[in-house]
Amino acid sequence: MYDVNVLLNTMQQQLMTYFNTIAPAKEVIMIGIHTGGLWIAQHLHQKLQLPQALGSLDITFYRDDFTQIGLHPEVKPSQLPTDLDNKHILLVDDVLYTGRTIRAALNELFDYGRPASVTLAVLIDRGGRELPIAANIIGQSIHLKKNQHIKLQGPDQLRLEILEKP
Amino acid sequence: MIAEHNLQLDPQKNLHHFLSIEGLSRKHLTSILEATHSFTNVAEQSVKKVPLLRGKTIVNLFFEPSTRTRNTFELAAKRLSADVLNIDINTSATSKGESLLDMLHNLEAMHCDMFIIRHAYSGAAHFMAQHVAPHISVINAGDGCHEHPTQAMLDMFTIMQHKSGFALLKVAIVGDILHSRVARSQIHALNILGVEEVRVVAPKTLLPTAVETLGVHVYHHLDAALQDVDVIIMLRLQHERMQGALLPSQGEYFKNYGLTEQRLALAKSDAIVMHPGPINRGVEIASSIADGTQSVILQQVTYGIATRMAIMSMTLGRMPNHSSHPSTTE
Repeated sequence: MYDVNVLLNTMQQQLMTYFNTIAPAKEVIMIGIHTGGLWIAQHLHQKLQLPQALGSLDITFYRDDFTQIGLHPEVKPSQLPTDLDNKHILLVDDVLYTGRTIRAALNELFDYGRPASVTLAVLIDRGGRELPIAANIIGQSIHLKKNQHIKLQGPDQLRLEILEKP
Repeated sequence: MIAEHNLQLDPQKNLHHFLSIEGLSRKHLTSILEATHSFTNVAEQSVKKVPLLRGKTIVNLFFEPSTRTRNTFELAAKRLSADVLNIDINTSATSKGESLLDMLHNLEAMHCDMFIIRHAYSGAAHFMAQHVAPHISVINAGDGCHEHPTQAMLDMFTIMQHKSGFALLKVAIVGDILHSRVARSQIHALNILGVEEVRVVAPKTLLPTAVETLGVHVYHHLDAALQDVDVIIMLRLQHERMQGALLPSQGEYFKNYGLTEQRLALAKSDAIVMHPGPINRGVEIASSIADGTQSVILQQVTYGIATRMAIMSMTLGRMPNHSSHPSTTE
């Protein structure tokens, strides 16, 4: 099974290149997507000692399936540290699959301002995209069947679990 | 009565209409409060809008005057990206004798999704909910002397922002309880959320008969009622609903039931003062209190928007036969 710490280290290495080429670490605003993405972001934020406060994003209000599933009662308010105009955003999620969550997250971010850039970092890219979205920083790319589902368990001890639907 | 209570819930016990606090569970109320909390942030975005109700049409049907409630419903709908139709009753066909039901069916024919209704008759919102097409949600914005459930929910949210939990709270509701739909909704909500004690304070002429059966302690003297309370809710004298001489004079009323600084000192030192508005300064509340540090009256107005956003999205968001959530979209 995948060791989350190893994947986090892989991401950390790629992030160093990002800091050297796109935006210096002190200017980057890291934002984790509720819930799993935020756990990953918390670990990375601590490892990298980023000076800007960590932000969190709950994309519930921006989902494209609201009329089918209704409002999730445990939606958490998004906490974004500062005005996002002209800032370099590092968006973090646990698993990249269809791309719909990231589409929703981008829409929400742009309602808070006009960032200079948005970079996507994910722990797992499992393929299966339904939208033209790609991650810049990837812990590991894997291939899963349609009936398989990968889930990050936490927050105390982060581990990845693959569930299979019959 | 059972059938009437179930009217606002779908078969999975989710809110479909929002008509009264009576008949709802604690879980319903806490999920509204939780959702409200998450909507308070929308006002901080530079684009104060979320796309939840994009493409939905919401109709404001106010058969009684209103500024705060109608405006906050309109703002709430717009911040959810819905389209809003405000029907001006005075210039509409109702004034030409069109019945409420005919008006309703015409609005349905325009493919509207939600009706927000305020009416002088108790039960008007329930009546509408019984007659609308199944995909339409009805929200009660005040019906006669019966209920004003969204006001009660914004009041509960305001209390929650200032107090740690409901269990140990003593709440005094002061004034014209008899004509107050707000008080009825508040009493139900406070009891469902499990506060320690609800006190109602009014002259005998302004209390409904058998008010104790709602689960309140009745006081006729304000000084005694304010001892040790955490929350004071002042109500307006509703002259427009009063028939006959219920009070000697406004001056006399203020002397006995007006909230002054001396009286406020009888409550707990961190007590908050609330009022659903519109306030009548010098009738039920002294100006210095309304504008004072313990007053949360304007916060109630602000929270009214997030509360109404929460209730609108909870009632409109869920379609029949779709009660479960897929875990993620990824």
